[in-house]
Amino acid sequence: MLITYLIFGVFGLVVAASALGMLLSRNAVYSALFLVLNFATVAVLYLILGAPFIALVQITVYAGSIMVLFLFVIMLLGAEKMPPGEPLRGHRWLAIVFGLVFLAELVLFLIYRGGMQAVVNAPSLEFGSPAAVGMMLFQKYTLPFEVTGFILVVATVGAILFTRGEGFKSRKRTLGITSGDKAE
Amino acid sequence: MIPIDYFVGLSVLMFVVGIAGVLLRRNALVVFMSLELILNAANLLFVAFAAYYELLAGQLFVFFVMTVAAAEVAVGLALIVEIFRAKKSIDVDQMSSMKG
Repeated sequence: MLITYLIFGVFGLVVAASALGMLLSRNAVYSALFLVLNFATVAVLYLILGAPFIALVQITVYAGSIMVLFLFVIMLLGAEKMPPGEPLRGHRWLAIVFGLVFLAELVLFLIYRGGMQAVVNAPSLEFGSPAAVGMMLFQKYTLPFEVTGFILVVATVGAILFTRGEGFKSRKRTLGITSGDKAE
Repeated sequence: MIPIDYFVGLSVLMFVVGIAGVLLRRNALVVFMSLELILNAANLLFVAFAAYYELLAGQLFVFFVMTVAAAEVAVGLALIVEIFRAKKSIDVDQMSSMKG
């Protein structure tokens, strides 16, 4: 199974490097593009783990629509570059120290936890297939699925309301509150 | 095959980079992208352990996390656009109007 190790090594390195690139690049557009690379490579790791449906959803939803939304907003606002400077003194070093402490904590947990030297075996082909996921989604998890649809509708309506009008009046009109306007 | 600790380690690395992004960057959009990276790290762990225990429920949870993340991005970006309209900036350090 050397080839699996090889694929995991290469794509793991790309995942780590693109995450760091997102963190360190000055330009927000580059950050977004590094994040797209990160999501695409994580989708390949999902394929190794026997989750083809989740991998494709990751590419279409995350690397596709969500990141397009991000890039669109970045270019709409023209906010790809921030002026340099550090309003809070020592904020950067404090953040780096806290990040390293958190990393050390998690790594120590991994080392001293013990047990779980186990390996992930490649699951059977039917395990994560769209058919299996769909059967489980619509049989056992029907209610969460419906709730998810409701959340998406609420989020869409909320986003439209937020970005709709300039003043309070147009927002009132969007909400259908017209009786006050007629009285005026 | 691959030990599960490798996936856990990779997920930890992504999570820490995301935390560092939230703490370090001042651009609200980059902070938001770091949040997506944190969610992605959790998703990778879900899928790894779903394969380890051969339970499909982990993959379904990833599906739900993705949809909720999409909703969150839609509302969050609308908020950022609105804040930019009001303050002409998306520097998180300047969003301190409610400070006492």
